[in-house]
Amino acid sequence: MSAGPILWRLAALVLLVVFITKPELFAPLFEPLTINNAPAIYNQGSLLSLTLAHLGTVFSAALASAIIAVTLGIFVTRPSGLEFLPLSRSLVNIGQTFPPIAVLAIAVPLVGFGEKPTLIALFLYGLLPIFENTLSGLTQVSPLTLEAAKGMGMSLRRRLMEVELPLALPVILAGIRLSVVISLGTATIGSTVAAKGLGEVIIAGLQSNNMAFILQGGLVVALLAVLTSDALMAVERFAARKLGQSPS
Amino acid sequence: MNAISPHTSAPRTASAGAAVSLDRLGSVVAVLIGVALFVAPFVTYRANRIVAGEARMVLDALPMTLAIGVMAAALGVALVSVTIRQPIIRLVAAALGLAVIFVAVGRAPAFLTPPGNTFARISPAFGFWLLTLAFALLVADSITRLRLGPFARLGAFAVAAAALALLLVSGAWDGLSLLKEYATRADSFWREARQHVFLALGSLAAAALVGLPLGMVCYRVPRVKAAILQILNIIQTIPSIALFGLLMVPLSILSAKVPLAASLGIHGIGAAPAFVALFLYSLLPVVANTVVGLEQVPASVIDAARGMGLSTRQRLWQVELPLAFPIILTGIRIVLVQNLGLATVAALIGGGGFGTFVFQGIGQTAIDLVLLGAIPTVALSFMAAVILDAAIDLAKGPVRD
Repeated sequence: MSAGPILWRLAALVLLVVFITKPELFAPLFEPLTINNAPAIYNQGSLLSLTLAHLGTVFSAALASAIIAVTLGIFVTRPSGLEFLPLSRSLVNIGQTFPPIAVLAIAVPLVGFGEKPTLIALFLYGLLPIFENTLSGLTQVSPLTLEAAKGMGMSLRRRLMEVELPLALPVILAGIRLSVVISLGTATIGSTVAAKGLGEVIIAGLQSNNMAFILQGGLVVALLAVLTSDALMAVERFAARKLGQSPS
Repeated sequence: MNAISPHTSAPRTASAGAAVSLDRLGSVVAVLIGVALFVAPFVTYRANRIVAGEARMVLDALPMTLAIGVMAAALGVALVSVTIRQPIIRLVAAALGLAVIFVAVGRAPAFLTPPGNTFARISPAFGFWLLTLAFALLVADSITRLRLGPFARLGAFAVAAAALALLLVSGAWDGLSLLKEYATRADSFWREARQHVFLALGSLAAAALVGLPLGMVCYRVPRVKAAILQILNIIQTIPSIALFGLLMVPLSILSAKVPLAASLGIHGIGAAPAFVALFLYSLLPVVANTVVGLEQVPASVIDAARGMGLSTRQRLWQVELPLAFPIILTGIRIVLVQNLGLATVAALIGGGGFGTFVFQGIGQTAIDLVLLGAIPTVALSFMAAVILDAAIDLAKGPVRD
């Protein structure tokens, strides 16, 4: 990779960190967007703590989705779980037709307002891309490779740990990245049910008709998503490169 | 770069473990049915619209004969799912099971509500939904195993949709809380429904009109491709409510400065920013899949077309685009399902759609109102997915599998 993109990313990261720690510095930039002397910078809470809460929600949900989805993906591709494979494909397909807001809204009466419905919605919605990619990663391992592993006398367990999972890893990681990026955006909707996060800033802007707030909230989330996606993509490349180098 | 695909299929036969006699999926379904019948409540009774509900088990929720009928039907399905493997028999059993509980739940309100009481609300409870899930799992599994062709799948879907429509129109469900919410909002329901479909389909049509030519340009000019896809990728990362909100700025300026725009109904608040946001989100799948579709046309085919003396233009229209069509259609499917879901957010900025009921329901903690918005949204997305999946299979032709 050339130096250009890395510099851009560093600049974006620095901008993000400065913005969430010292948002006042940027007030003049946002002032033209406000009307009636409304505040230019979100003043009902610190951007830093909202950002951390947002990231905390997204990553704990993503971690839970990743663990469950990869485990399920491994299960339905083992001989003992193969019966569930066709069904789980259809379920993934059907699951994607549920809009995240619907999941969120249905969770509210069950667990109350706040963090919990957001975590549930992000967890459930995050399962799909990871599960789907785990399935395609594991099923696209070539039968010849598996035969060779079997021929070498590897047990089912060793075949999974030393052959199938490493080969599927880049695809699985891509699923996790997709899931995290979607969740970062979806978590903003959580603020409609009183979860702490950057959606608060956007919603406050929508309610008081303050474009400066909407722009701030949106920019921080978009920067977070772009940077996270880049970082996870770097991990994927690293995994793929290790795969290429490992003696075969 | 990969095509964006909703389901990467690498079929591998699932009959490897068939030597064991007890069907695992069937056992799971049977356990779900057991829990739904004997542990979970069938319906919830509430004295009015927003108070907490009381749970009623099957035997307390329905007239005795009907309750026993429901039990017998559900246990019958459980038995079939554990012992019988033929998908067609399981499909019929599960469909019958669904029909029985769907009809039965409509009888609960008349049985539970004291005469003359118009405030009491009856809603299907966890047990009902669990039974529905168990039967639906069996239906989905059987349909997948039957490997139905596109027309058969459409036919099955049409039958199911017609049966549901019949239940709704016949008034069998009118006593349920969800339909009471509908009854007080019948006018606005259909207005929001039209708005929802307009937002989702209209933005898709606009994205196809712009995205297809853009994809073709990207295919021809690699430098443009990198730049365009980069930009579209970044747009995807902007959270939907922020993009909806941000588009209010330029559109309100436009409507203030350009009288024509205002007279066309373009305002900062309302459907216009939602429409534009959905359009922007739709571009990436359309453009990316057009590029991938065109790129996967084998070089030998293009050479052959060239050898036959086709011009660049003729090659594009008569060879490359037709061969790329299934993948382009996959992009359209993703966009449509995604748009139908995202259009719910439009309600936050006054854009209407089913989200109106969802957000009102959240505000009033009235779950039936939430469901009045959520269920039609899911139904629409599901319908779009089924129809477009069939269309994609038809476009691919009979070569696969």
